[in-house]
Amino acid sequence: MTTDQTSSASSALAASGPALIVSNMDVTYRVRGQDRLALRNVSFSVGRGESYGLVGESGSGKSTAALALVRYLPSNGRVSGGTISINGLDPLSMGKRDLRRLRATTISMVYQEPGRALNPSLRVGPQIAEVFEVAGESSGAATASAEDMLRKVQISDPGRVMRRYPHELSGGMAQRVVIAMALATSPSLLILDEPTTALDATVEAEVLDLVAALRQEFDTSVLFISHNLAVIAKMCDRVGVLYAGELVEEGPARQVFDNPRHPYTVGLLRCIPRRGQRKDRDRLDTIPGFLPTPGHSLSGCVFAPRCALAQDRCRSEAPPFFDVGELQTARCFYHEQAPELPRATPSSTPALATDGIGGPLVEVDKLSKTFGGGVHALAGVDLTVHRGETLGLVGESGSGKTTLARVLLGLIAPDQGSVVTLEGKPLSPDARRRPREVLRALQIVFQNPDSALNRRHTVRSLISRPLTRLAGLSGKPLQDRLTELIASVRLEDRHLALRPGQLSGGLKQRVAIARAFGAGPDMVVCDEPTSALDVSVQAAILNLLADLQQQEHATYLFISHDLGLVRYLSDRIVVLYLGRAMEVGPAETVFAGPHHPYTEALFSAVPSLDGQRPDRIRLQGEIPSAANPPSGCVFHTRCPRRLSTGVCESTEPPLLEEEPGHLIRCHIPIAELRQLQLNEPAPSQGGSA
Amino acid sequence: MSGSMPQPAEPGAASPVDPVAPIDRTGGYLGPNVAAAVGAASRATPGRWRLLLRRTTFWVGGIIVLFWVVCAIFGHLFVPYNPLAQQLLVNNQPPSGAHWFGTDPLGRDVLSRVITGARDILIITPLATILATILGTALGLAMGYFGGWFDTAVSRIVEAFLALPFAIIAFLFVVAVGASVGSITIIIGLVFTPLIARTVRTAVLVERHQDYVSVSRLLGERPARVMFGEILPNVMPAIVVEFTVRLGYAVFAVVTLSFLGFGIQPPTPDWGTDIAANYSGLLAGYWWQTLFPALAIASLVTAVALVADSIEQVLNA
Repeated sequence: MTTDQTSSASSALAASGPALIVSNMDVTYRVRGQDRLALRNVSFSVGRGESYGLVGESGSGKSTAALALVRYLPSNGRVSGGTISINGLDPLSMGKRDLRRLRATTISMVYQEPGRALNPSLRVGPQIAEVFEVAGESSGAATASAEDMLRKVQISDPGRVMRRYPHELSGGMAQRVVIAMALATSPSLLILDEPTTALDATVEAEVLDLVAALRQEFDTSVLFISHNLAVIAKMCDRVGVLYAGELVEEGPARQVFDNPRHPYTVGLLRCIPRRGQRKDRDRLDTIPGFLPTPGHSLSGCVFAPRCALAQDRCRSEAPPFFDVGELQTARCFYHEQAPELPRATPSSTPALATDGIGGPLVEVDKLSKTFGGGVHALAGVDLTVHRGETLGLVGESGSGKTTLARVLLGLIAPDQGSVVTLEGKPLSPDARRRPREVLRALQIVFQNPDSALNRRHTVRSLISRPLTRLAGLSGKPLQDRLTELIASVRLEDRHLALRPGQLSGGLKQRVAIARAFGAGPDMVVCDEPTSALDVSVQAAILNLLADLQQQEHATYLFISHDLGLVRYLSDRIVVLYLGRAMEVGPAETVFAGPHHPYTEALFSAVPSLDGQRPDRIRLQGEIPSAANPPSGCVFHTRCPRRLSTGVCESTEPPLLEEEPGHLIRCHIPIAELRQLQLNEPAPSQGGSA
Repeated sequence: MSGSMPQPAEPGAASPVDPVAPIDRTGGYLGPNVAAAVGAASRATPGRWRLLLRRTTFWVGGIIVLFWVVCAIFGHLFVPYNPLAQQLLVNNQPPSGAHWFGTDPLGRDVLSRVITGARDILIITPLATILATILGTALGLAMGYFGGWFDTAVSRIVEAFLALPFAIIAFLFVVAVGASVGSITIIIGLVFTPLIARTVRTAVLVERHQDYVSVSRLLGERPARVMFGEILPNVMPAIVVEFTVRLGYAVFAVVTLSFLGFGIQPPTPDWGTDIAANYSGLLAGYWWQTLFPALAIASLVTAVALVADSIEQVLNA
């Protein structure tokens, strides 16, 4: 098994010798006196100048792999088998001093949170210079090198950045500084562990471009770790799919994603809403069952308990790697049938006649919210949510989407002059002053169920509370409704006695959804309801939301930064930027274009599994502060299509209905936008950040 | 907070599962593994208190505290002498077979006085700390939950109160209401209230920004229900830790008051009072009259601190 695995991996390598070879690596954590295998028999290699992606859901062991390579495992973890070779050196047999030299010169890591990689009490400049000083430069030369390095990561004013403290930098800027430090010593291997997960889409796109460009320039080998399949598809030459501590499939990235041959990879890819999928036509596929508990000891294939193709053989015998295509290997006996893996969830939607979209339910007029310090989180937003529809709210952090949701619910009071109405009746700005009937009508599913569910209550009391408070139920009717509710979110009776801490993330979010639907709300606000969940769990939650909408005829305000999700679920879309609606329209129209230049930039920024879109436009610089928004059109500082007449800087364009139901806030007429977006790729324009 | 607790695992058996529940990968489907996963997680919850029993510090502290509790309740039954009986002919005797801890200037048996001296301390200390915890929790919940001017105003008063030396406040109280077990309990309870309120307030501020508090507003819950039904259960660990820590300080406070003469009044046996009465005898070499009550104080304070420390470690693990 291991021999053909290693040989298939090494055949992909250039003659120069790979930068990293991992063979048959086991990693063990000792938990409460017992050893648990977190990684078993993992082999892969990264060729010189190659970019290798390690993809997997949480618990798959991908971060453990990264830590093991540089021997940064926590004290209860160790590499219990196999070998590692970095540039021909073996970190496992090194003493402290050699290990330190290896980390200083040969290998660098970039983590998810740039803020935690920088020392908060030192200015940025000395921190970067220190890397050069360790490498032997004098302090003067090191400062010059640091400045040089910052220029290479496209920081336009390195001198100014070097005098800053880390907290004065935005997330994207801080991540660039970290990348600069990582590349300072020209390492032969750069490990990136979810480097853009904490960043906004447009900033992520920029950082990914930067990494790709630097890889060319420095000829560095990259190990790229991510849960985001699309990011891996964009960034990597080859990819390895990790499941429950084992590598299950490996091959050229494009090939693996276009033609996966392991049932897990197939299932994972089907969980993601792809171009053209819509809630009213398709349900997403899901992966049944659970990840085995860490330290499992399965005799056969790790995926067998969840695999629709599994036969007796799979449960008794561990499959070796099979060559399934050019340089592609999959650890599955039935890899030939994998592409036809039977679906776990039927693709067709329940045959329920939708009543269509009704009249206005919630209307918002000139909604503004200014926080202390003059932060204009929302500036004059008008929008209407119709009964039965899903209104998607898209925007990056700081766009005001969460503030908007909280104002609607009465959790934050808007500025004077803002009006929120429910079926034409104005609502009190404070939830505490709203009558029970209004509270019943508007409910929310929060992003993080750990925060939204009181961990001291049982599932039963969490779900029952709205039924007693808002629907006025008790006794038998309450029990009946409770039974009905948990069935509709696919929980079971035995879950009722448990507390949130005893449930997995997906189950917790189901409890939160059941609670929101309990009293029969007219509108449910979904604030990034799946962003804390894994892809396969996310698919199930999206299906559930779509099903509930059909059954209960619910209206959603669906907030997300993920355009794929919004496209799958929404009927209409509002694009927010710095507290202003930049574009409003039916989902398909907004996606088809012509779009507002900001919407266009968002679309180009998001990596996709369906082949890369031509990178038409890239935004530069950061989102301006809402405390001090730019004059005129708030987007002009980053807009690649800014008019040369100066009107964008001086006058804020109105939100005009350019087509029926499609509103755009831009000085450029829609016909011209269409022309621009169809034909010529816009020049990447440097924003005066 | 009622509801059925999940069944605990066999005591002593090392739990074979990770305390973290596995991630739900079900899709819409709840496979047979759910039961295993759920059962695994539920066994982990009561484990916290079992962890406490595994700590040596908890056992050492607990046994010493228990010893003093037994002395306080049953001490009068097994003391070698009546702690109040004066035998002027055998005063200032060093430790001997007849008087293990020696005798004091009035010829009273020091061992008997140390044993029975535990009584008032062990009545006052827990009562005062419970009083302070109840008042402090209510005040801290209100400060943290309502915030705004109420919080600001009360915080300033609390700070002003904390700036005054404890002995001065206690002195004023005792002068005003007289020294008795009841009045000392109330004094210490009131003095500790702002300290506990401050801790509870901090814990509440963290919880107040959790989304479940927003959810309860959306359910139209009244503030009292949000504070006591939603937030309080989540800040209980902080309160338990604060309670045990304060218990140690309360022992110290009682002894200090007695030593200064504002506490338990002679001739009732009391460690602080006895030290105050006899420490001048140190110069004459009568060390046992001071040392043994002092050791008693030290052992009780240390024991309570050990218990408090192990509870804190377990709850914050």
